[in-house]
Amino acid sequence: MELYRLTIHELQEMLRKGEVTSRDITESVFRRIEEVEGKTRAFITLMKEQGLKQAEMADIRIKEGKLSQLTGIPLAIKDNMCIKGIKTTCGSKILENYIPPYDGTVIERLKEHMPVFIGKTNMDEFAMGSSTETSYFGVTHNPWDIERIPGGSSGGSASAVAADECIAALGSDTGGSIRQPAACCGIVGLKPTYGRVSRFGLVAFASSLDQIGPMTKDVRDCSILLSVISGHDKLDSTSIDVEVADYEKCLGQDIKGLKIGVPREYFIEGIAPDVVKSLWSAVKELEKLGATYKEVSLPHSEHAVAVYYLIAPAEASSNLARYDGVKYGHRASGTKGLMDMYTQTRSEGFGQEVKRRIMLGTYALSAGYYDAYYKKASQVRTLIKRDFDEVFKECDVLLTPTAPTPAFKIGEKTDDPLQMYLSDIFTIPANLAGIPGISIPCGFSREGLPIGLQLLGKHFDEEKLLQVAYAFERHTDYHLKKPVIGQDAL
Amino acid sequence: MKITKQEVDKVAKLARLGFTEEEKEKFASQLNSILVYFDNLGELDTRGIEPTSHASTISNVFRDDEVESSISKEDSLLNAPDSKRGCFRVPRIIER
Repeated sequence: MELYRLTIHELQEMLRKGEVTSRDITESVFRRIEEVEGKTRAFITLMKEQGLKQAEMADIRIKEGKLSQLTGIPLAIKDNMCIKGIKTTCGSKILENYIPPYDGTVIERLKEHMPVFIGKTNMDEFAMGSSTETSYFGVTHNPWDIERIPGGSSGGSASAVAADECIAALGSDTGGSIRQPAACCGIVGLKPTYGRVSRFGLVAFASSLDQIGPMTKDVRDCSILLSVISGHDKLDSTSIDVEVADYEKCLGQDIKGLKIGVPREYFIEGIAPDVVKSLWSAVKELEKLGATYKEVSLPHSEHAVAVYYLIAPAEASSNLARYDGVKYGHRASGTKGLMDMYTQTRSEGFGQEVKRRIMLGTYALSAGYYDAYYKKASQVRTLIKRDFDEVFKECDVLLTPTAPTPAFKIGEKTDDPLQMYLSDIFTIPANLAGIPGISIPCGFSREGLPIGLQLLGKHFDEEKLLQVAYAFERHTDYHLKKPVIGQDAL
Repeated sequence: MKITKQEVDKVAKLARLGFTEEEKEKFASQLNSILVYFDNLGELDTRGIEPTSHASTISNVFRDDEVESSISKEDSLLNAPDSKRGCFRVPRIIER
């Protein structure tokens, strides 16, 4: 078995026993990248030189007997999280040459364990998209079928994990940007409760919705990464001071008597029959393990997409006002005066989708429209949140499809923004309500594309999600199937 | 049509974005189809419903007003498109 194939916990075991070194693992991962990156295009920046140096340092630390959770493990980071001294582009021309002078809090927390950062992954520009097609640096491909999208916006991270170009990755999720690509690429992706993980050093898209989370090959790895990145941070005033659980401890706990709710509003017109089939067989599997299920109702679900596409662009239009060509980022040349410099800089630096959302957000917040759009959306957000409060009185977790269809073809939805937006229909409500959600592999379509199921939980109840996800994973083998790409095809 | 090309002009100006005539036409029609989709929200009765601007329940977070370490002046100017004598440099604002 090639080392790049393995998980964090498998490699940790081998490192502990001294069977491999971090250098062995890191070299294996870079060989894999050389082999398949030309097909997936998962990365914007590769950090081979720094990575190998970090691996050597990790090996020294391991020799000193100081191995901890992530020591020596090659990780990929979505390119909207700041690593000091490493280009952080956010998939945009406007940040093409931006080199952060500081580490984001998640990076700082990871560094305490001395992992190996191997590269920054591709993403939709400013995380605005569901297919990783809006990146200024080109399209990322799905390793299961390179003519298809990997999902988005964390499509680079998802593709890299699925193609074994890293051991695990971080993504960010504003409306489904971890969970939907995880489903499209057949991996595990978790969006934590809003406030669980610090956003300091994450390039802001929609601040009341953004959250960083793990993208991994299995549920145990997801628990390990979540334990490391979670916790209160005084540099992010929206991070919440709630004790961080030992997320590995809940794995393997019995799910007998657990109450699962299946919201009927999630079985919309246009949902792929294969997705519905996989979902119900997953419900049966969990029933066999002792869980019970009942149909529940989240009556305001149908409005979630509209609410999201008012609130997220409104927040984005305000957040992205900072890109003015003054403090960092691209500045247009040959302009006439300050106003012209602003306008030229932003017009050259932002791509079409980002401009569309800035326009939408500016419109929704502008005088005369604020009440009809932004305020109305915020009120309906309250109703959506209350729906969840109600159903969680009678269930422990909710089980839904992650996305209405498996990965679609590259280019299929680029000219129809509304169709693209609808691919986030099942993931958006969790961001609006601030609750945690996880996507895990639960089957394959007739074309052999992965299908994901989503579990949603109460605020700060990530443990329950991981417990159920792990129980399901232990009794199925969907997570063990690998795409055929590179040398595998020979 | 709800958004006219004139309105696209107005919003673009507020957002400091410039568009060609062709782009304006395209934006007007795309924004319109998105806004029509939003109209469903109007059907809901939201009288007396508190708006949610944040999913968490925390309100203000205070700290003591003490000086702490931060990024150095040199570091914060590293990414500046133009700087001079420790300041960000911008095009002239006041006419001669």
